[in-house]
Amino acid sequence: MQTLVDALSGALLAGGAFFLLAGALGMVRLPDVFTRMHAGGMTDTMGAGMVLAGLAVHSLASEHWGVTARLVLILGFLWFTSPIATHAVAKAALSGGVRPFTLDGNGDDARAMAGGEGPAGSATAAKGGASS
Amino acid sequence: MNRAFWLWGILFALWMLLSGELSIDHRLLLGFGLATCTLAVWVALRTGTLDRESVPVHLVGRGVGYLLWLAWEIFRSNLRVARIILAPRLRLDPRIVHFQASQRTDLGRFIYANSITLTPGTVTTGIVGDDFEVHAIVGSEVDGSEENDMNRRVATLEGEGDRRAGGSR
Repeated sequence: MQTLVDALSGALLAGGAFFLLAGALGMVRLPDVFTRMHAGGMTDTMGAGMVLAGLAVHSLASEHWGVTARLVLILGFLWFTSPIATHAVAKAALSGGVRPFTLDGNGDDARAMAGGEGPAGSATAAKGGASS
Repeated sequence: MNRAFWLWGILFALWMLLSGELSIDHRLLLGFGLATCTLAVWVALRTGTLDRESVPVHLVGRGVGYLLWLAWEIFRSNLRVARIILAPRLRLDPRIVHFQASQRTDLGRFIYANSITLTPGTVTTGIVGDDFEVHAIVGSEVDGSEENDMNRRVATLEGEGDRRAGGSR
């Protein structure tokens, strides 16, 4: 029984770590603030969710109902608040004049990445904003 | 008024849970809980913020099923985005797409917008009336069918409750 619990929670924790790592890689690899938001969403939802589920398996098995309930609450608060934060970042970036990177080249980032005739100054400004 | 009792019950359950003492022997803790919950509900009643939007207890029943479905959707889209990010060559096609929302209340739109943002790969960037502006990481894969499904489910989630409230509004 204990082995089963350990295996299940271990698998969930490892899965969560995988999504956290993928999200972090996405932060580095993706080109602009909008695409990076999608990577951030991954760590918020699946990364945190699977880690908390892995912990909940343990607290359920040891019959710590209070701990399980609190873990569920943490996940609930995270899933309610993180989309609002993401939306706020997106809206701030849009109204701040950051144009989303697109393949057909609408936007400073696209021109900068294509080796650019775009205004270099604004492109670096946009990139700086995205990485901070 | 029913809503006030609901709010009080939820707040008190939360207090008991987070105080870590699930026994009635701890008189002081229990007393503080009773006092603060009553105060909070009284303030909510006095400021008139106790409505369908702030205490949406009418959604709880159907909400459970929706949350389970949403968790499954989140899992699927996470796998999709993880595959995009971990691929040796990034195959991105980010673009802004527009969806029509069919919810009638702000609460319904709020749930739909948050659900779109919670599923990785799509982020709601703006709402004007029924028009949702959504940033998608691979726009060519977003044909709107999944979003239509989600839209429909959120509309049923808020659904009947609002027909009932139609008279009181």
